[in-house]
Amino acid sequence: MIRHLLSGADLDADTATEILDTAAEMATVAGREIKKLPALRGRTVVNLFYEDSTRTRISFEAAAKRLSADVINFSAKGSSVAKGESLKDTALTLQAMGADAVVVRHPASGAPHRLANWVDGSVVNAGDGTHEHPTQALLDAYTMRARLGRLAGLSVAVVGDVLHSRVARSNVLLLSTLGAKVTLVGPPTLIPVDIAGALAPGTDVSYDLDAVLPDVDVVMMLRVQRERMKDSYFPSAREYSRRYGLDGPRMRRLPEHAIVMHPGPMNRGMEITPEVADSPRSTIVEQVTNGVSVRMAVLYLLLGGNNR
Amino acid sequence: MTAYLITSVSIVGAAPTDLLIRDGVVAEVGPGLSAPDAVVVDGTGLVALPGLVDLHTHLREPGREDAETVESGSRAAALGGYTAVCAMANTSPVADTAGVVEQVWRLGREAGLVDVQPVGAVTVGLAGERLAELGAMADSAARVRIFSDDGHCVADPLLMRRALEYVKAFDGIIAQHAEEPRLTEGAQMHEGEVSTRLGLIGWPAVAEEAIIARDVLLAEHVGSRLHVCHVSTAGSVEVLRQAKARGVRVTAEVTPHHLLLTDERAETYDPVFKVNPPLRTADDIAALRSALADGVIDVIATDHAPHAVEDKECEWAYARPGMLGLETALSIALDVLGPEWDLIAERMSRTPARIAGLTGHGVDPAPGVPANLTVIDPAARRTIEPAELASRSRNTPYARMTLPGRIVATFLRGEPTVLDGKAVK
Repeated sequence: MIRHLLSGADLDADTATEILDTAAEMATVAGREIKKLPALRGRTVVNLFYEDSTRTRISFEAAAKRLSADVINFSAKGSSVAKGESLKDTALTLQAMGADAVVVRHPASGAPHRLANWVDGSVVNAGDGTHEHPTQALLDAYTMRARLGRLAGLSVAVVGDVLHSRVARSNVLLLSTLGAKVTLVGPPTLIPVDIAGALAPGTDVSYDLDAVLPDVDVVMMLRVQRERMKDSYFPSAREYSRRYGLDGPRMRRLPEHAIVMHPGPMNRGMEITPEVADSPRSTIVEQVTNGVSVRMAVLYLLLGGNNR
Repeated sequence: MTAYLITSVSIVGAAPTDLLIRDGVVAEVGPGLSAPDAVVVDGTGLVALPGLVDLHTHLREPGREDAETVESGSRAAALGGYTAVCAMANTSPVADTAGVVEQVWRLGREAGLVDVQPVGAVTVGLAGERLAELGAMADSAARVRIFSDDGHCVADPLLMRRALEYVKAFDGIIAQHAEEPRLTEGAQMHEGEVSTRLGLIGWPAVAEEAIIARDVLLAEHVGSRLHVCHVSTAGSVEVLRQAKARGVRVTAEVTPHHLLLTDERAETYDPVFKVNPPLRTADDIAALRSALADGVIDVIATDHAPHAVEDKECEWAYARPGMLGLETALSIALDVLGPEWDLIAERMSRTPARIAGLTGHGVDPAPGVPANLTVIDPAARRTIEPAELASRSRNTPYARMTLPGRIVATFLRGEPTVLDGKAVK
């Protein structure tokens, strides 16, 4: 097993499949009356969050607690971080406290890579800047596999602000490894340069959502921040929604079996309408549930739970 | 004053001969020299070059003496074979008055390891809003001739035009840090495949090329001298090539790191590889090397940029840009150009001395010329250990790399600053 999970690129097909299979076992725990396994008893997991992210933090917290780990939540607000402590000093502090795993969310791309140089424990990237969010990609893959029965050969459209999306980067890497075909869709201003060369050779780019929809098994909508308008990435929220938002009529262009995903939090009315978000095709709530199982699997495997 | 006799040394690649330094000048050159009072330096297998001249050095004093001082940077320069360095103006306070440039100049004299030639800021506080008192700096004891807001681009086209025109009165030159600021807001590394993969905001090549294109047109329009700092892209080379072909009075420099390292170094997120302009691609490196050989790029300049540990041991986005360069530049040049001694002397000594107006520097060792020279062992190879560098900072991108060439001795006006590869003081 790998020591850290920093990027979707850290996972080969076998490792990724092992995580998904383990997550499926973990999911059965959630159905029990006592939702707890003793696997990580006596191990310490630190949630080191430099950005507000309630949903990701509580997902990791629930995952660690269901495995009986001791969980320390270390949020940048109200801690020594706010007093100007460096990432390295924080890392050394966590190291001295005996953290077996550090789950880190950070606004700077690559911060988890830096952290991994300074701690002996495992580092899990819970979202770094505009870089990656590998456990999100794992839970997305898990959800696709659960709904559609496979990943190899699936056609997945990832729609929206790819440039600033850590979810998109991790998904392109992981889905390509697992044999799915990814098409990135958005205005040219929000598609980063050389994306196929940078991430996965088979990745396609389209600027036309309507043309892509009839041929996909999965459409994954990304959150688009209204503030991007100020930097002229697109002219207005209304124009964005009209060209790249997923509404009812567009949803009906999808094949019968296709599912709609969103990593949350949604901007209802911007990239997705309530009709779509609340439709049976939508997996948005399942994604949250699956997130806990997948993060249990990641912590379990990284911390060597399978060797005990 | 002690005399030095360097025996059997190759002067700029020529057949070995003896070289006698006495009373601050090269006294004699020729085979079989004898000088019983002189200290003998065995020059067998070694090459003597005119002392190197760096057009682009950050000495950090005043303001960040924890990162570098005029003295520590001067020592690093001497160990790198330099006899003169041009100290950039982005200190704290900024070198935008006669007082600050004279302070830096005086600190350089007191250290006595290289000639420290201050560069003056173009605009007050490097703010890009109004001209600093360029004439006062030119008239000061520091006799400033190069003006630069380096670290910042003089982005306002009117201000740039005025600066180019104004310094004609004292044969000054504007050294531009070419970076269109709106195109590089928040930029962290070269915009391309690697920045996409790493999720770091890209610094597009066009942000440099657009400013160089504008500035060569401005310089042509007003008939002034323009120098372009740290050229980093293939597109910039083409703009410069065309401007030079038209006779525009433009010169350009390239750094050692832009001749050797690519943007792929960012993949570890280790900010020791963060620099501005950023490391580019292998295609850019090929274009820069060929421009250096054919003269479209005139000079290798280090952009030696020391930074304290805490400014580099952090997240990439929060780290300061810049890398050390003085103690490794000649080795990189040797690695990139091979033992082309005349070309190395031209790009690292004669031309930069001429651009900076430093008389007494950049002159090949010959009877009667000031003994500003350096002696290199081209056969030596050394492994770069950050802790062994003379700079106060440790941010070398070449850590643990093995590079060719070693400086054996450096002389400033006949006084050794480096002997046996060690700083004399």
